[in-house]
Amino acid sequence: MSTWSRNRGGIAVAVAAATVLVAGAALALLWAPEDADQGPSQRIFYLHVPIALTAYACFGWAAWKALRLLWTGEQRHDLESYTAVHMGTIFGSLTLVTGSIWAKTSWGVWWSWGEQQLVLFLVLFLFYAAYFMLRFSLADGPARGRISAVYALFGVVLIPISFLAIRLAENFIHPVVFTRDGPQMSGDMFFTFCVCLAGTLLLAGALYLNELTGKRLDVRLRELREALELG
Amino acid sequence: MTYARDVVALARKDLLLELRARETLPAMVLFVLATLVAFRFALPAGGSERASIGLLWVAILFTALLGLTRAFVPEREQRVLDGLVLSPVDRSAIWVGKVTATLAFLVAAELVALPAYALFFERLSWETVAAVALADVGICTVGALLAAMAAAGRARELLFPLLFLPLALPILVGGVGAAVTDTPARYLGFLGLYDAVFAILAWASFEYVVTE
Repeated sequence: MSTWSRNRGGIAVAVAAATVLVAGAALALLWAPEDADQGPSQRIFYLHVPIALTAYACFGWAAWKALRLLWTGEQRHDLESYTAVHMGTIFGSLTLVTGSIWAKTSWGVWWSWGEQQLVLFLVLFLFYAAYFMLRFSLADGPARGRISAVYALFGVVLIPISFLAIRLAENFIHPVVFTRDGPQMSGDMFFTFCVCLAGTLLLAGALYLNELTGKRLDVRLRELREALELG
Repeated sequence: MTYARDVVALARKDLLLELRARETLPAMVLFVLATLVAFRFALPAGGSERASIGLLWVAILFTALLGLTRAFVPEREQRVLDGLVLSPVDRSAIWVGKVTATLAFLVAAELVALPAYALFFERLSWETVAAVALADVGICTVGALLAAMAAAGRARELLFPLLFLPLALPILVGGVGAAVTDTPARYLGFLGLYDAVFAILAWASFEYVVTE
């Protein structure tokens, strides 16, 4: 099978991601109504929040794959979980960067400990950065997959626990958009937000599939090399 | 009740080893005392009283770190773990045994550290003592599992603090919150929740960490 046909799904998702993202950017910049309080700077919301939610989705997917690995013992889940953590960490770092920019435009500071979501992402960033340290320190093999999987499972449990902890550690400056009464956005804003979220999720999906293909090729190449050396 | 007997035997092994070698506990006690003295000099006169309680929690966390870092190193270095995994014990019992032993060390170190804190800084409230007791359980449940993970890797001592600190941040929030806010019960409850959630998760997943 050629690389092209093997990777066709990934390319289709990448094209869809590009299309939806361009549409989302156009909607966010040109069509969505301007926020009465924050003015044009509020438009970073259409970038920041989808990226943050995508990061959560990646971590969740990583934990799901980790659970599947521990459950079934199939090794392919290990690489999938690892790739998802990889993507989640990238989107998590982007959340920190975009959140920091938003904080600067809104409050004039690059960092605010009152921003619970940002603080949470800082904790998660530290946690998942250690995932890579752990993984690279273990010898290749099924044990590495299982230990990484357990760590990834701890991650999704840490998310709500840390969130609760940061909430308890108080302060309320971060603008809360989603409340129990539903989103406090106009319909146009919500639609734009959904398009941007779909685009970001598709982008994460495309990157994930692409990275996964690369990592699988790596593994295959190593196996072939070893077979050559033995033979 | 073979499970309980296994746990007791495993914890007894660690305590006996410590009694003979005397490696971990004296180090933990000396470390926590030295840290508290260092913090005394780090807090300028007229500084906030509330800051010292935060430093106590940092001292406790770092002392636990010192004890836990080496928790599984003898098992790995002298291939004890292979024997334990092969023996007819439930693997989670290995974890419960390790939690029991490390908890004993930590509590022993705190029996020195808390009076020393009261002596050097300020009187301890009952909330802090309760929070320390709850936090110890959480520290050891999470720590014993992460120590087993770190011991499997090449970078052991280097790796463990990196794995442990992000997971221990909620404990800090609970501990400090119980001491400085008007609603300590909420924070103590949070510490209890942390203990329960991570104890279940670690108990269920330990088997996968030690199986080769």
